[in-house]
Amino acid sequence: MTAIIQHHVDTATLMSFSAGTLNGSLAAVVAAHVSTCSHCAREVAAMDLVGATLLGGLPVPLQAAGEDHPPMPRPTLVSPAPAAEETAVSEDSAIIPAPIRKRFGISGKNIRWQRLAPGVWHYRFSQDGENAGDLRLLKIAPGYRMLEHGHGGTELTLVLEGAFSDSTGEYLPGDIQEVADEIEHSPVADKVAGCICLIASEERARFRGVVGKVVQAWTGL
Amino acid sequence: MSDLLLRIANDRSSEAFNALFKDYRPRIKAFMMRQGANPALADELAQETLLTVWNKAALYSRDRGSPTNWIFTIARNLRIDRLRRETVWQELTDHHAETLEAPTVAPDDAMSLTQRQQRVQKALATLPDEQREVLVLAYVDALPHSEIARKLSLPLGTVKSRVRLAYQKIRSALEDLK
Repeated sequence: MTAIIQHHVDTATLMSFSAGTLNGSLAAVVAAHVSTCSHCAREVAAMDLVGATLLGGLPVPLQAAGEDHPPMPRPTLVSPAPAAEETAVSEDSAIIPAPIRKRFGISGKNIRWQRLAPGVWHYRFSQDGENAGDLRLLKIAPGYRMLEHGHGGTELTLVLEGAFSDSTGEYLPGDIQEVADEIEHSPVADKVAGCICLIASEERARFRGVVGKVVQAWTGL
Repeated sequence: MSDLLLRIANDRSSEAFNALFKDYRPRIKAFMMRQGANPALADELAQETLLTVWNKAALYSRDRGSPTNWIFTIARNLRIDRLRRETVWQELTDHHAETLEAPTVAPDDAMSLTQRQQRVQKALATLPDEQREVLVLAYVDALPHSEIARKLSLPLGTVKSRVRLAYQKIRSALEDLK
C-alpha cells in the first residue's frame, strides 16, 4: 500500500474511534486504515489529545479529594518486553492489514473464501460483543459488480487489493469509503485486477437482488 | 506532568509515581464511572491504568507523544476492554508517533508537547457550548454519536457537524506548532 491515499476517514468517524465509541466492526476497518495512513494516524494522535485534556480536566469529586488514599505500594519492576518481532509476512498475506492479521490470526493463505454469487466471495469474521456489527472480507472478480445492498447505519470499505469505482470515484488500495444509512450502492471491481476489500457495517449488510436473496436464504446472511 | 513521567521512566522514582497517582486516580475513577462502572470497579481500573503507566514508563520518552495522551489512551482502552468487553482496536498514541514519525524531535521542541496540550485546553474552553458538549458526551460519557443525537433530540447529521466544527478549531489551534 504505497500509493498515495486519496480517500481518508471522515473526521466525525475518526473522532468516535479516538473516543472509543465507534462500533467494533467499523473500528476494525478504521484501525486497518490508520495502520497504513500516516495522515490519519497523526489526526488520531491530535484527537487523543482532546480526550486527554478532557480527562485531565475532570473535576475531582469532593470526598475523593479529601480521601486519604493509601500510598501506592512500590510496584514490582517489570522490564519492558521487547516488542514482538513480526514474523516475515509472506507475499500472500501482505494484503491483510496488520491489526486484522494480529487479531484474527489470518493471512492471505488461510482465508476460507465462501462463494456468495458469481464472481463474489466473502469471508466473515466472528467477533465478540453484541453490537460488534458485521465485518468481512469481500473478493470481487475483475469487472464484476458488488451485490446491490442497503445497510443499517454506516458502512466502511477499505480497499486491500485491486480497486473499485462507483459514482463517487475510484478507490485504490488504502482508500476508505464511508457510506451513510440506507443508501444503496453497487460498486464495480477493477476490470483487470478485481478487488479485495475489508468491509464493515454497524448492522448486518442486507444483500439484495435475486441472487442476493437466494444467497441470503442459503447462508443466513 | 511531563517531568513526573520522565522521573518515573528514568529514575523509577516512586515518589514521582505517587504524585501522579494522587493527581490522576480520582479523575480516572470518575472517567470510569461515567461509563457506568461502580465506584469499586472504577477505582480498580484507575489503579490498573496507573500501574500500566508505571510498568510502561520506561518506554516513554519526552520526545514522543504527550504523557497525558498516554494516560488517556490506556484508560480508554481499559474501558473498552473491561467495561464494554469489546475488542480494542486503538493503539496507544505513542505507538503511532513511534512508528510513523521520525523520532528525531530535538529536546528543545519538548516544550511543544506541553504547549500542544495548553493549546487544546484553550481551544476547548473557547468552543461554543453546543460544540464542547458533544465532545464531552463522546469522550467522557462514551456515548456514540447516534446516542448523543437521541439524548439531545438532534439529527445525527447535526451532531456530526458539531464534532467536525469543534475539531477544525482545535486542529487550527495546533497548526503553527506543527
